[in-house]
Amino acid sequence: MNNNSVVISLQQIKKIYDMGGVEEVQALRGVSLEIQKNEYVAIMGPSGSGKSTLMNIIGCLDTPTSGLYEFNTVNVSEMNDNQLARVRNKEIGFVFQTFNLLARSDALHNVELPLIYAGVPSVDRKRMAREALEHVGLGDRIHHKPNELSGGQRQRVAVARALVNRPSILLADEPTGNLDSKTGDEIMILFEELHRQGNTIILVTHEEYIAEHAYRIIRIRDGMVESDTPVERRAKVLAAVS
Amino acid sequence: MPRSFESILYEIRESLVMALVALRTNKLRSILTLLSMSVGVFSIIAVMTAMGVMVNSIENGLSQLGANTFQVQKNQEFESDNPRDRAKLRNRKNIQHSEGILVKERASLAKIVGLEAWEGGKIITTTDGKKTNPGVSLVGEDVEGFATNDWLIGDGRLFTQDELNSGRHVAIIGTVVVQKLFAKTDPLGQTIRIDGQEYEIVGVLAEKGGMLGGNQDNFVAIPLTTFFTIYGHDRDIHIMVQSTSRETYEDCIEQVRGILRAVRHVAPGADDDFHIFSNDTLIQSFNDFSKYVRLGLLFISAVALIAAGVGIMNIMLVSVTERTREIGIRKAIGAKKKNILTQFILEAVVVSQLGGVIGILFGVIAGNIIAFMLSVPPVIPVDWTIIGFVTCSLIGIIFGVYPAWKASNLDPIEALRYE
Ligand SMILES: Nc1ncnc2c1ncn2[C@@H]1O[C@H](COP(=O)(O)OP(=O)(O)OP(=O)(O)O)[C@@H](O)[C@H]1O
Ligand SMILES: [Mg+2]
Repeated sequence: MNNNSVVISLQQIKKIYDMGGVEEVQALRGVSLEIQKNEYVAIMGPSGSGKSTLMNIIGCLDTPTSGLYEFNTVNVSEMNDNQLARVRNKEIGFVFQTFNLLARSDALHNVELPLIYAGVPSVDRKRMAREALEHVGLGDRIHHKPNELSGGQRQRVAVARALVNRPSILLADEPTGNLDSKTGDEIMILFEELHRQGNTIILVTHEEYIAEHAYRIIRIRDGMVESDTPVERRAKVLAAVS
Repeated sequence: MPRSFESILYEIRESLVMALVALRTNKLRSILTLLSMSVGVFSIIAVMTAMGVMVNSIENGLSQLGANTFQVQKNQEFESDNPRDRAKLRNRKNIQHSEGILVKERASLAKIVGLEAWEGGKIITTTDGKKTNPGVSLVGEDVEGFATNDWLIGDGRLFTQDELNSGRHVAIIGTVVVQKLFAKTDPLGQTIRIDGQEYEIVGVLAEKGGMLGGNQDNFVAIPLTTFFTIYGHDRDIHIMVQSTSRETYEDCIEQVRGILRAVRHVAPGADDDFHIFSNDTLIQSFNDFSKYVRLGLLFISAVALIAAGVGIMNIMLVSVTERTREIGIRKAIGAKKKNILTQFILEAVVVSQLGGVIGILFGVIAGNIIAFMLSVPPVIPVDWTIIGFVTCSLIGIIFGVYPAWKASNLDPIEALRYE
């Protein structure tokens, strides 16, 4: 692959939380990695190792303390507010570890939201949102509010919201964390489909068998990349799923 | 790609829908904000409606003179607040009966000239011991005065010229007096006592209706000559003049003014030492007087509205803090600053307008309850309704901008972490 297809490029990314005075937390201590277009990457690591911090930076939500982040060869630190908003809206679909749904809006409105900011006309976006919810098996729950849904169902609403705008990159922070293995697998099949359509997928997970859906596993420990390896047993896993 | 007008409209509509959704999901807060606005607008509208109603009522009440009629009296009906003017007015000479007679004789442009003199605070008693409150007015009236006052006889008859000339003790009473003293009996032919004098009732006036809670029907009329005999001949009188036609009205006023200046020896160039008023000047002087009341009330209402605005800002600020996470989520999935800004401003505006509409509604109702009580036609102050609506929209924008700006500038990741 040539250099043009690098969509995400991190060089010596550090994130340090100043806790006031002497104390500081080094969440990321110099992470460098490149992710090509249409890659399918799993990020693994112990709790507190900096996975979510990394995902937030990749998702243009958070800014690194130091280091260079290029998104589609554009230096993210030089993007203005509107450009960042556009990237977050159109280029990246983000499934948050904590879902981050609007608590008092129903599933449909939650999924509709990215389309509103994308300027999709009302009729179309209602249909698209409904389809996205049906896609994750929540066609019968579209008017439920988050607190009327189970943890797994909320997670699926979050997935539907991340996918509804057809982003080219999907960032998923433990998208199957609250799901049983069957619904978890359904989500993974969904991701697989997206990957086949040419999307780039980065997902954080604690579970080996989820990670093995990916083509590449990056292991993080104490804010640093510990290992970065391709997945060998993929074919077998895929066969088991389908 | 240039942004078309259509796409801007579209964006506003979307923000509006979102604002409405947000308002619905935050019901209690929306209602509180709405209420503070309602109260502010309510006070303006209620006061302005009430003023409108009162002006109407007073105009109705003041339009007591018949058509093409004006009245001459010593003093103005609404006192000036200038102390120098007041002192000047106090020193004026009474308008004498003889001056009134002269006007009758000389005013060629006058069709009718009526003369009257008033006494207030009388108690009327009947022969069988019934009494009124000491609030009945007593008027000495000549026959023409009934026409110029637009007083109609409801029952019985008018004084005859003969009764007037010979100073007979006869009386014509207003309907309020009738209700008080002769609720069950026929008043005609009965005898009443006023200040120790007895009068025979020969007529009852048709009802005229109240004005400003006061009453135009709470009086007793006796012949003017009788009045002079009992209360003194140098009493100050009112001269009421009806011109021969609409066209001669202004000239007639000038003619009467000239006659009076001559008989009262007013030096050329000096101000009149009497006051002429028509229905128009009466309403005019009431408006002058009520202008200050209006200004004062407007000031109070403005303060109330600004308070409401500050209330809205306060509630919006709390709202922004409480909804930090929501704002974070919206930004995380692609809301631009502009989107958040419009949404929160529109929320403030929609709440203010809703509150405004409620305030206007109740204000108009409250103001018109006064109209109902004064039995004058209801008033819908269209101008104030529009002003009220525009004002609260503006207040929504002005006081909504800062909270909205604060919301739009939140850092997405900080906002998402907010508990
Ligand atoms: N806002 C913050 N202020 C201070 N420290 C923080 C903040 N956010 C994260 N950290 C610290 O940074 C480190 C990395 O956190 P992060 O959320 O990235 O971990 P993680 O790998 O996602 O863990 P988990 O698997 O439990 O989700 C942790 O030690 C955490 O305490
Ligand atoms: Mg995490």
